[in-house]
Amino acid sequence: MTTPLRHRSRRSERLTALIVTAAVLFCPPLLLVIDRLPSATGIWLLLYLFVAWAFVIGLAAWLQESRRAPAKGRR
Amino acid sequence: MRNDILILAVAFGYLAVLFVVAAWGDRRAETGRSAIGSPTVYALSIAVYCTAWTFYGSVGRASAQGPHFLLIYLGPTLAMLAAPFVIRKMVRIAARQRITSIADFISARYGKSARLGAVVALMALISSTPYIALQLKAITVSHAVLINYPGSADLAVEEAHFWADKSFWVALVLAVFIILFGTRHLDASERHEGMVAAIALESLVKLVAFLAVGIFVVFVMFNGPMDLLGQVADTPDLSRVLGLEQVPGGATGWVGVLILAVLAFLTLPRQFQVLVVENVDETHIDRASWVFPLYLLLINLFVVPIALAGLLLGGDGADPDSFVLTLPLSTGAEALPLLVFIGGLSAATGMMIVETIALSTMVSNQLIMPLLLRFGRLHLSGTGRLAAWLLGIRRVAIVLILLLGYVYHALIGDAYTLVTIGLVSFVGAAQFAPALLIGLYWRGATRAGALWGLVAGFFLWGYTLLLPGFAQSGWIDIALIEQGPWGLGWLNPYALFGLDGWDIYSHGLLWSLLANVGLYVGVSLFTRPTALEQTQAALFTEALHPNLPSASLWQGQTTQGELGGLLRRYLGEAAIRRVFADESDGHAGDDREASHRLITRAEQALAGSLGNASARVLINSVVRGEALDMASILSILDTTSQALEYNRRLEQKSAELERASAALRRANARLRELDRLKDEFIAMVSHELRTPLTSIRAFAEILNDGDAMDADKRRHFLGVIVHESQRLSRLIEEILDLARLESGRLTLNPERLDLALLARRSVDAVAHLHREQGIALTVELDGGPAMVTGDADRLEQVIINLLDNAGKFADGSAPRVLIRLAPHKDRFRLSVEDNGPGISLGERERVFDKFHQLERDGGELGRPRGSGLGLAISRGIIAHLGGRLWANESRQLGGACLTLELPGAADEALPEAPDAH
Repeated sequence: MTTPLRHRSRRSERLTALIVTAAVLFCPPLLLVIDRLPSATGIWLLLYLFVAWAFVIGLAAWLQESRRAPAKGRR
Repeated sequence: MRNDILILAVAFGYLAVLFVVAAWGDRRAETGRSAIGSPTVYALSIAVYCTAWTFYGSVGRASAQGPHFLLIYLGPTLAMLAAPFVIRKMVRIAARQRITSIADFISARYGKSARLGAVVALMALISSTPYIALQLKAITVSHAVLINYPGSADLAVEEAHFWADKSFWVALVLAVFIILFGTRHLDASERHEGMVAAIALESLVKLVAFLAVGIFVVFVMFNGPMDLLGQVADTPDLSRVLGLEQVPGGATGWVGVLILAVLAFLTLPRQFQVLVVENVDETHIDRASWVFPLYLLLINLFVVPIALAGLLLGGDGADPDSFVLTLPLSTGAEALPLLVFIGGLSAATGMMIVETIALSTMVSNQLIMPLLLRFGRLHLSGTGRLAAWLLGIRRVAIVLILLLGYVYHALIGDAYTLVTIGLVSFVGAAQFAPALLIGLYWRGATRAGALWGLVAGFFLWGYTLLLPGFAQSGWIDIALIEQGPWGLGWLNPYALFGLDGWDIYSHGLLWSLLANVGLYVGVSLFTRPTALEQTQAALFTEALHPNLPSASLWQGQTTQGELGGLLRRYLGEAAIRRVFADESDGHAGDDREASHRLITRAEQALAGSLGNASARVLINSVVRGEALDMASILSILDTTSQALEYNRRLEQKSAELERASAALRRANARLRELDRLKDEFIAMVSHELRTPLTSIRAFAEILNDGDAMDADKRRHFLGVIVHESQRLSRLIEEILDLARLESGRLTLNPERLDLALLARRSVDAVAHLHREQGIALTVELDGGPAMVTGDADRLEQVIINLLDNAGKFADGSAPRVLIRLAPHKDRFRLSVEDNGPGISLGERERVFDKFHQLERDGGELGRPRGSGLGLAISRGIIAHLGGRLWANESRQLGGACLTLELPGAADEALPEAPDAH
């Protein structure tokens, strides 16, 4: 009884951590650092945003799909 | 190839395809095989978020403000990540309460307030109009660009009277299309599966179209991204385009718009429609929470390359909002611009379809119906005519909403770029966020707080964002923005209270949300919610509570007939059948009292068509003595799920502890009893051992002292000592036997033997003793061999013990003892009787206790006649052999009778068994 309960709360914790991570990645302090990298085209910031975005989506996909896999039999 | 006829044909052809898809989706839904029952379709339908604003405007914004455009998509990414928490809760509430729109949702949360619903509907209408205007503008401009290229597009728009204005006709055509499309259902149910299927298709089309342009620009017009970037690096002006300094408002503006995007994604009427109302399965949210952000990432992938390419090639004259079209056109491509146009068209129509359907539902359910009900103007002649009424209202609303959009577009749309209009709408929708989102988690929020917050926030939105728009379009004096109203600088809508240096959206969002949240919380804290508000607040905030009561909130009374009449009047027979499906005879129309469950179902059915507030009014009209069963709901919900869970675990633990301590108590009691028995036993054993020891010692001392004792006396004394020593060792032998018996270590050698033979041998053994004591022994062992399984030595010990006992207790003057062996069923009984005083009923079991000795009147005091262990040992041995030993009254001799019973052995004769001894 306690195991699935703990399992569920652990998943919620991971998701919450992911949301916080995404918020931090998308916000100025980090962006300012990236924006100051020297470059001829100024592409770094944009590149960073897309990579961070893809990274977050990848983590979310992994989290959501791996949480579904073990429950498949029950649904 | 680019001519009006072709473009119109393609556009109408595309709309026809959408219509067919929608019809197919509806038919599938009617037959119960939902066409949208997949998380991917759900995610694609959410992508209605990407409107013409995304399709054309992102490039324009990227050209002017660098990475700023991405915020509009990073925000929803954050919101979707949180969807398993937030949207799941809203979906569950909406399904349970049959919510039809965001206005309905907020109204239901605050006690099904009709006023609040009307305010939200009105606000949604006002804040969405610019957004609809934006879509009209996008369609018209893109069409003009397509036709007039390389000429300027603007001329075509501003041409002449409204009947010559294409966007007017676009609005009208779309109105007809949406009426055909979104209000086909006669049951006016809140779900539109066909529409969702069509929207999902539109999302695919716009994605494909945009990716096609992107790939074309990067890989055909340039030689891949490196070539493009190389050329950008050679143009110093462009290298700064992508930096953070391009973002209006800098870091503050960045965070402000990010927050704005998160909130607007959840509160835009069309997003609420597809996210919550049209959700068919809660589990879809999990996958959509990453598929939708992925969609956003893909559709934004080529925005910057297209913007850079447009800036590199397009020169200064072209409008960046049209780069998506003008870049392919500039190369002379024919098919691609048409695909782009279709992509833009699908982005725009998708938004307009969902938005107008959501708005028309709000207008009919939250604005018109409550008014009609209140003033009694709703004359329903036949049965189930409400559906026709509702559809009529909605159709008119759709036309009016689109015309309103057109009017906005015609009057002031040109003053703003696409982006500006969109963001102004966003801030307007974000005003719903406090009432919607905080209300999901804070039970103390009240209707008055929500109302004040919404009105204040909306007012500030109008002042800081909408009004300046009018000023910029020349509608009102531009001095409003430049000097502030009446020259009061601190009231300047773009720098309220002197707060300047911010971008207008963050600025507007800050002031409007500050007022909104402030009043929402402040007023809530100082107002008292009604009973219904409290119930609804509890049902909303605890929506994910596992023990949430599903229905039966009504305590009022009505008859099934009245309830059925109400449903028939408003919803028709089909609805009655659905609502009464679980009742005994499946139809209404008699005087039986309606159950509370039935009333709740009826209210839900009405709410699905009319909205919560109106359904409430209607149900109140037939239910008497309304009183909600508040106490029970609140008591269930007052303890949060966590507390309940802890409680449950605590209960489990304490039950376990109780069980364990009961077991321990039992074990302890047993141990104490054993301890007491042990003490008793030791005391008795010591006593028993002391008696012979005392006499041995006494005689030994006499012998030791008395030197002059004669030989006879000495021999007599020695005889006593020997006798007592024998008794002592016999006693010890018995104690050891008893110890072995009790610890289960007594080893028996069971074998087949003749009990009669054994008894005879035992009789022989005691005969001498009995003769000495003058006991008359009668032996009745004539029944032939009695074959039993037993240990010969031990059995003999038992029989001798019984005979010995009987001799001791036989009558002193004429002692008689009888031993008898008789078969009893498949067993054998050996009884030994005497003619002594017998054993009283109460003593019969106790004689088998250890050291139990019968009081014998007239017996020699101080000289116990036995150890008191014999019978205990005998019973133990017999029990080990599978038999019994008990005492009762002697039938023949009148004294005591001790009987042992042993099961007979199987028939096969083992010759050595009795004769071995």
